[in-house]
Amino acid sequence: MSDVWITVAALCVANAVLKAAGPLMVGGRPLSGRAASVIAMVAPALLASLVVYETLSADGRGIHVDARLVGLAAAAVALALKRSVLVVVTVAAVATALARAIA
Amino acid sequence: MARESSVREGIRAALPLLLPTFLLGASFGVLARPVMGWLAPIVMSVVVFSGAAQFAALSVLAAGGAAGTAIVAGVLMNLRFLPMGFAIGPSLPGGSAARATQGQTIVDASFVMANRGDGSFDRGRLFGATAVQAAAWWSGTAVGVFAGPSLPDPQTLGLDAIFPAFYLALLAGEVRGRRALIAASIGAGATALLMPFAPVGVPVIVACLGALVGLRRT
Repeated sequence: MSDVWITVAALCVANAVLKAAGPLMVGGRPLSGRAASVIAMVAPALLASLVVYETLSADGRGIHVDARLVGLAAAAVALALKRSVLVVVTVAAVATALARAIA
Repeated sequence: MARESSVREGIRAALPLLLPTFLLGASFGVLARPVMGWLAPIVMSVVVFSGAAQFAALSVLAAGGAAGTAIVAGVLMNLRFLPMGFAIGPSLPGGSAARATQGQTIVDASFVMANRGDGSFDRGRLFGATAVQAAAWWSGTAVGVFAGPSLPDPQTLGLDAIFPAFYLALLAGEVRGRRALIAASIGAGATALLMPFAPVGVPVIVACLGALVGLRRT
């Protein structure tokens, strides 16, 4: 098997295990109020982390600042103007493409 | 306990994500084609079904890295499914096999859309949003793979900015109230601090766990 297919197969299995682990271990048990209030905050923490990660990620480790930052700023403006998700991502792509064309 | 939506309602709620996710899938297909051939990217989108992990593994393979390195990058990126699974687990009923199967439907967007904000998750929205994400991600990848050679470089089109913008749009809908703002701030700050030296994916999981630990004290 080539590196490509080994990667696909291994990630398929790993993903299934990672997604099953939580539900298997804590499923069906009632939550304390305190645990519930913390769990509700997983989504905002995760999303904010992914925004930063996907804006600054380089190939491999490290930070790579480029025109994606311009796209993200444009997306924030579109969100502040209450635009739909489709408009927000389109604005981000266009702003990034323009910044690259000018630079 | 709050009323549970039907899967149909979940699908309808997630429809605005259809086209953005399709574009993301297409950019993956375009970038993967020269590195992985035409079949492997499509199979990968179906069986791995995780944009963040697929892009992470692809960037390793594209740079000539070995399978082992690509797998580590993809797995680290997807370690976030552990805390997400623990969060959603109590909302999934049934025996072990049923819960593990339902857990397979967790993806970023559906996890967020199903989050009721009180610690529980709406399964109708989880399954419906995942169905929309799957349809868009799989078809987008296929279109990207086959149309790729006749398209310009995705970076020229700014398609790599779609991913963070998509997450930002989801985040904007999630941040209601002071605690969510604190969680988001810790998540973003910890990620930026860790990125210069931590391996691929690690900043995301550490930021999530850090935010939760920080919130326990508030």
